[in-house]
Amino acid sequence: MIKFTNVFKAYPKGGLALKDATFHVAKGEFAFLTGHSGAGKSTILKLIYAEERATEGEVRVSGFNLADLPPRQVPYLRRRLGIVFQDFRLLEDRTAEENVGFALQVTGARRAGIEARVMRVLTQVGLAAKATAYPRELSGGEQQRVAIARALVNEPTVLLADEPTGNLDERATRGVFQLLRDINASGTAVVMATHDLDLVRQAPYRVIELQDGALVYDSAVDEPRGEQSGGAP
Amino acid sequence: MNFVMREAMLTFRRAPLLSALSVTTIAFSLFVVGLFALVAVNVQRALSQVAERAEVVAYLLPGTPIETITHALKDIEAFPEVTNASYVSEDSALARARRELVELQGPLRELERNPLPASIEVTLKPGDRDADHVGAVADRIRDFAFVDDVRYGRDWIEKLDKLRSVLAAVGLAVGIAFAAVAVIIIGATIRMTVLQRGREISIMRLVGATDWFVRFPFLLQGLIKGAAGGLLAVGLSYAAYLLSNRWLMMRTEFFNPEQAAAIVAGGMVIGLFGSWISVGRQLRKV
Repeated sequence: MIKFTNVFKAYPKGGLALKDATFHVAKGEFAFLTGHSGAGKSTILKLIYAEERATEGEVRVSGFNLADLPPRQVPYLRRRLGIVFQDFRLLEDRTAEENVGFALQVTGARRAGIEARVMRVLTQVGLAAKATAYPRELSGGEQQRVAIARALVNEPTVLLADEPTGNLDERATRGVFQLLRDINASGTAVVMATHDLDLVRQAPYRVIELQDGALVYDSAVDEPRGEQSGGAP
Repeated sequence: MNFVMREAMLTFRRAPLLSALSVTTIAFSLFVVGLFALVAVNVQRALSQVAERAEVVAYLLPGTPIETITHALKDIEAFPEVTNASYVSEDSALARARRELVELQGPLRELERNPLPASIEVTLKPGDRDADHVGAVADRIRDFAFVDDVRYGRDWIEKLDKLRSVLAAVGLAVGIAFAAVAVIIIGATIRMTVLQRGREISIMRLVGATDWFVRFPFLLQGLIKGAAGGLLAVGLSYAAYLLSNRWLMMRTEFFNPEQAAAIVAGGMVIGLFGSWISVGRQLRKV
């Protein structure tokens, strides 16, 4: 599904953002990416959705080899992925259902089916009743649910979430996390970057920890470790 | 397609001032070009009317036998540039002068001897009324032994020619300059729209919109702005035409439908070109 082999990423002015990362996320898996700010979590996500290109090494996602993926193919890769951000990235002048439908329209989906698909995912994230609300009329947790619905509407094989609970209070965080767990339970792989260790401890999922661009711990291959040494603060 | 159209129209609602700016820029650029074209169309028409009168007049030596003249008329009419050559005798020249030069009627009546020479008046074909052809015909007529002098208003024919080419050159240069200004302004407004909608564009890309899908509404927008500007320019030119007819008492002509359509098409080309050059470069930065 997602395979990193000896991946390096260097930025012209920022030095090495990722050093020799090798890991594999299988179909239907849930994996946390943890680490301090600047540890390389977002870089890994950006490499997965081809916002950035690896300086060295091989990245494979859903059958695409990203090293030689021509730019015009990138949209087709992204249609297989769902992406969620800390800041939701909703269009303020469109309602919840329009925001979700937008993701279908830009892929050239036929109009006839769009409404039903939008309502289905809005129901799935528990926001069917607020389909016609604008983002400003929704709470942070609800806005993130709309963003998740938008990420799901194209039925992705992988959902990428970059600090999806970073802007949410505790209650909303629990709700959004539960939603991501449900999505994973229905077969979609989830890669979630977070530095919220409480969240990480709540679930028995795989943890990949980064430090200064290096992969320092992967619960799938390394020995389990004690509470004290685990993860970032 | 529906979606693309809606996205293109969205900018007009969201940034009406910016859109109005680009439409009016195109309109005024094309209006200036249109005015030049209108002037050119009308001057061209006036010139061809003037040119119809382009005649070569050969004054004959006194006492030239009429047979020689009749013979010469046939020769001259056989010139490829000539449509007609007619003989004006001394008497009919005087009669004409008395008729046309009213203010000299008194002195002319008192003349004891007719001072006017006989002449041959030569009319040229419409395509051959430029300085070169008229000059060549005049030179050939001058070769006849009985011809005293040849007049053909060389000066004004050359001036007409010059005026015609100056007008065409100025019109073209002004047209190109204004079209360039319109392209730059359209480019700038599209660039501002792209920046204004940067967030939306980045979201479109995240959810898998192709570059073409992102680009298309902007190109369409440029095309629509160009067409609107073109129509406005035709409207402005029409207003100028009406004003000049009513207030300046000039009998001028307006564009025919093809010429008006060409102005609108010109606007569309400018709009499309302007958005094309700015959208590609700007999208890479978003």
